Amino acid sequence: MAETENRNNQASPRGTRLEGNAWKFGDDIDTDVIIPARYLVTSDAAELGKHCMEDADPAFVSKISEGDFIVGGENFGCGSSREHAPLAVKGAKVSCIIAASFARIFFRNAINVGLPIFISPEASAKIQPGDRLSVDGVAGIITNLTRNETYAVAPFPPFLQELIATGGLAPYVKKRLAAQEQAVSA
Amino acid sequence: MPRTLPSAILAAHTADSAKEGDICSVRVDFAFANDITAPPAMRAFREMGARKVFDPARCAILPDHFTPNKDIAAAQQAKEARDFARETGMLYWEVGRVGVEHAFLPEQGLILPGDIVVGADSHTCSGGTLGAFATGMGSTDLAATWALGETWFLVPPTIRVDFEGTRAPWITGKDFILALLGRIGVQGARYAALEFGGGAVKDLPLDDRFTVANMAVEGGAKAGIFVPDETVLAYAKARGRRPFEAIYPDEGASYAQRIEIDAAALEPLVAAPSSPGNMRRAAELSGTKVDQVFLGSCTNGRLRDMELAAKLLKGRRVADSVRCIVIPASYEVFAECMKRGYLDIFIAAGAAVSTPTCGPCLGGHMGILAAGERCLATSNRNFVGRMGHPQSEVYLAGPLVAAATAVTGHITDPRELVSGDFWKTL
Ligand code: SF4
Repeated sequence: MAETENRNNQASPRGTRLEGNAWKFGDDIDTDVIIPARYLVTSDAAELGKHCMEDADPAFVSKISEGDFIVGGENFGCGSSREHAPLAVKGAKVSCIIAASFARIFFRNAINVGLPIFISPEASAKIQPGDRLSVDGVAGIITNLTRNETYAVAPFPPFLQELIATGGLAPYVKKRLAAQEQAVSA
Repeated sequence: MPRTLPSAILAAHTADSAKEGDICSVRVDFAFANDITAPPAMRAFREMGARKVFDPARCAILPDHFTPNKDIAAAQQAKEARDFARETGMLYWEVGRVGVEHAFLPEQGLILPGDIVVGADSHTCSGGTLGAFATGMGSTDLAATWALGETWFLVPPTIRVDFEGTRAPWITGKDFILALLGRIGVQGARYAALEFGGGAVKDLPLDDRFTVANMAVEGGAKAGIFVPDETVLAYAKARGRRPFEAIYPDEGASYAQRIEIDAAALEPLVAAPSSPGNMRRAAELSGTKVDQVFLGSCTNGRLRDMELAAKLLKGRRVADSVRCIVIPASYEVFAECMKRGYLDIFIAAGAAVSTPTCGPCLGGHMGILAAGERCLATSNRNFVGRMGHPQSEVYLAGPLVAAATAVTGHITDPRELVSGDFWKTL
């Protein structure tokens, strides 16, 4: 049912190879721009995705193709704690976000909903609008196919890598709860 | 190892060594969501296979954003949240007995010194006023906390902010925080925690301190924590629903940065569109006409804010060209405003007064802006489209600037409007 469809904690965000075109935004892209509060009467990713980035570029969703990338500057996702923001980006079928840095709540939320994010100040500075990109999440390398450049991605701390490897926060908690129950019944 | 206040609170809640930069698992004292963030949290909770929350007395859902329900979709969402609260036995308060979460929970004695508090709302950092490590997170993180009673944090570096000097009576907590944000910018404290102290805090009313801690997240901070003093301890003792132990920073703790703000040099400030860090002096913006003034929100919807605005509005009228919307942030504030006659003053001045809700702060309802309209609000965010149409504009200021602006119809330094004697009454 829709409830399980629009979350995807099973996806290993950095494990896949992604390819698409770059859509560039500046610094301090806030969550009200990513998904305006007027659409928060649902938390369905596909529904939210229809309005992704609407207040920065009203035509954004109609212009992009499935799998394209959002490239931001510093402090991407600042503002509200709404998990609806990374869900909207997923719902718009954007494959990942590359930014010089992320606001902390958005960072956690993206990992938790299985939206791949990559921190690379170099990529953020050098990628131009429309560039064709490919990302190898395992090797931690962003390739700019248009400009023939590669950029390194900052690695996540080991704890987060483990969390992602488990499939995200939901499976991690599920495992812990099951272990607790076993301990109680033993 | 001497610890800063944020790191000392984390260390007191974990078995890990909690060195700066470490990720550690911490016990959580209180965990809550609102009518918007609860539904995804409930879904994640079920997906995790969780059936009960770790402690129903330490978990809560507060209907405050789109309530009283603004439309059918909001009503469905609020109902789902209410049903879930009943099912799990967690704390829940109905419209009429609640308030904007960050104003209401401290009043209820549910956020206490030394606590770790997480909320699925970014302004959870308001709880730092009471010496708690309080921080916002997303719905899935909150669900995990409801299930386990724990969450993970990276122990952040700490930026120490000292407010020094004597504040003039026209300077409020809003001017303190806008000055800080003007100095460090909206990402000056990204991934860091702020620790607030200094000589000017002692006589800063608690309600003003809430305004400061509330906007810590506007600087990108994970938390903004005041070192507890007697005022805080007295408040927590009077209201606390459970025992607590205040935590303090160690002598000789090392800070990533130290910032001093001279309260004596401050003037009434405004954040111009579209960033809370876009600081201006109110006097500089004089002549900027507004269509709406909003007095309320978790930033400035407390009793002290209502008091300052009511005193200034007494015997004055809201300009014909302005809609002035006043929303006390909790039912306790609302009731006290009524008792003290503030509601009469607001209504006599020509303002619209509403029951507690987030309402227009996030462009939800009760005062949405049309294209080209401009609002001066006492809330905390002036992002593009925050209060309505993407071509509307929001200016942020404290309650005195808001009241003065409502009277003149353009952004006004309150000193322009009132005589010297007025300031002795505050
Ligand atoms: S009043 Fe505004 S900032 Fe505060 S919780 Fe409500 S929507 Fe968020």
